[in-house]
Amino acid sequence: MTAVIDLERPELKALRNQFGDTLAELGATNPNIVVLDADLACSTQTKRFADKFPDRFFNQGISEQDLVNTAAGLATTGKIPFISTFALFASGKGWDQIRNSVCYSGLNVKICPTHSGLSLGEDGASHQSIEDIALMRVIPGMTVVVPSDSVETDHMIRWAAEYYGPVYVRLVRPNCPVIHDKATYKFLPGQIRVEREGKDITLVGTGETVYHALLAAKHLSEQHGIEAEVLNCAFIKPLDVETLVTSAKKTGKVLTVESHQVYAGLGGAVCEALSEHAPTPVKRLGTQDRFGQSGTAETLFREYGIDAEAITDAAVKWLKRS
Amino acid sequence: MNPPASTPAKETSLKAQAVTTQQKQQLSAKQLAILSARLRIDVLDMIFEAQSGHPGSSFSCLDLLSYIWFNRLSHDVKNPEWPERDRFVMSKGHGAPAYYAVLMEAGYIPKSELNTLRKINSNLQGHPASKYIKGCDVSTGSLGQGLSMGTGMALGHRLDNIPARVFVLMGDGECQEGNVWEAVLSAAHHKTSRVTAIVDRNKLQIDGDTEKIKALGEMAPKFAAFGWNTLEIDGHNFDEMKEAIEQADVWAEESDRPTVIIANTVKGKGVSFMENVAGWHGKAPNKEQYDEARTELVANLERLEKEGK
Repeated sequence: MTAVIDLERPELKALRNQFGDTLAELGATNPNIVVLDADLACSTQTKRFADKFPDRFFNQGISEQDLVNTAAGLATTGKIPFISTFALFASGKGWDQIRNSVCYSGLNVKICPTHSGLSLGEDGASHQSIEDIALMRVIPGMTVVVPSDSVETDHMIRWAAEYYGPVYVRLVRPNCPVIHDKATYKFLPGQIRVEREGKDITLVGTGETVYHALLAAKHLSEQHGIEAEVLNCAFIKPLDVETLVTSAKKTGKVLTVESHQVYAGLGGAVCEALSEHAPTPVKRLGTQDRFGQSGTAETLFREYGIDAEAITDAAVKWLKRS
Repeated sequence: MNPPASTPAKETSLKAQAVTTQQKQQLSAKQLAILSARLRIDVLDMIFEAQSGHPGSSFSCLDLLSYIWFNRLSHDVKNPEWPERDRFVMSKGHGAPAYYAVLMEAGYIPKSELNTLRKINSNLQGHPASKYIKGCDVSTGSLGQGLSMGTGMALGHRLDNIPARVFVLMGDGECQEGNVWEAVLSAAHHKTSRVTAIVDRNKLQIDGDTEKIKALGEMAPKFAAFGWNTLEIDGHNFDEMKEAIEQADVWAEESDRPTVIIANTVKGKGVSFMENVAGWHGKAPNKEQYDEARTELVANLERLEKEGK
């Protein structure tokens, strides 16, 4: 299915704003939803929930370990805690708590940090989580999801509220291109979404990079006669191996793109699945064992080689060489 | 005991639970001593059979566990998920053998599992795992995490107007964890007065004396400075436990501060050669040591039973 949007001039919407709005809406109908933040409610937009339901919002201050464990305690009383802060602090400072208290106890806690990946931008490497998918993916029982735009974010948060068990929802700071039509979008839990069909190469994106993959596919088609298939891997874990293998067998080349280390994130997950089920050449775009730095989201995506131009270049090089 | 912090009395119509607890059949100090003496033998047997585990840390907190589980908590073994039950968090998860002994006595774990501690496919994991143990709400073992979880439970209860109490048992060495102090700040901030933390102050950790490893100093004033009510007791004296828990229950309703009970204990309590020896923090006895320890524990039990008659 081809996205019904103008990829060159897309409408922009912030995932975190959608996250806050959806939470606030869910809060009105589900009294068990509680929200916790660690002094970043104005950034993560959990404030939108807090303003409407102050009794069900807990600001734990700058204490991520306490943030996670307090949510774990709340979950044992039947509440559905959604917690947020920046992704680096949730996944890094709260890791042991997420592993031992939330996942090992099988508690129904939703970890929904914003500001993941490079696009956090100017704050630089100390705040840019390029390891969080890896850190969350390896914990037994954890589900890891990365919505690509505001439409998918809305559905993802609603799905997470209904699903019982720990979920990590990876959100980002910037306004992102809306790549799905709100009216026709159908959420596919646990599935890879084929955003564009093609035969020459498979581009796999997750979160923000799905847009860049789609734009690259457009340029590849228009300028190079290359038809790329674009997969939106919103569910990193569990991974939809079937759709991935089907596409890999069709194109014979898989290029992954992520705002994350190429190790153990999307690229890692794709390599694990393909090497076991359908060995296929893979190239991975992402941070190449290198920390991020300050800059705008746009310049960072350029510098680290994960924007549409970099994807286009990588695909052309690969296809022309072979 | 330290005097209560001067906090305004809280309007509350939720005294029903406290009344229920007071009406519950209370064991006397002598009965508790006999019970604990018996459970100490179970703990020793478990650890000897497993040839692994933490005897010193289990013995130091066993009397506290007995008091909390048999004289204070409102719970229902036939309905472990009863929403209005009081909560207990074993934050010092390495005291698992003592916790399991108490849960066996309370009927949550079949006694037939006693010899399965730390063995493959056992419910009795080295540290408590909530998915295998009824009556255990959260998995613990990685230290420092229980108090935050207990505070979260109290916040959930508050939203549901459930007047349940939450007791969190922590080790003193555990209080070197940063998460503990994040939680101490949080509980005071959220005014979760129904949370009572009990610190098993046995003054020893794996590598030695807590004061030499990383000094904890006077613990009650530290909690007081963070906005908590504080009490300090002998953690092997059931009369002092009763007085302290009753005071904490009053503060749970009438103060807006959580309460900590610093319970001074003896690591390895009950087995002379283990008492106050850091080396027995996490080591199983050999056959000879086991026989010697068991002889002493059995003799102590028989003595208490004779006195009790």
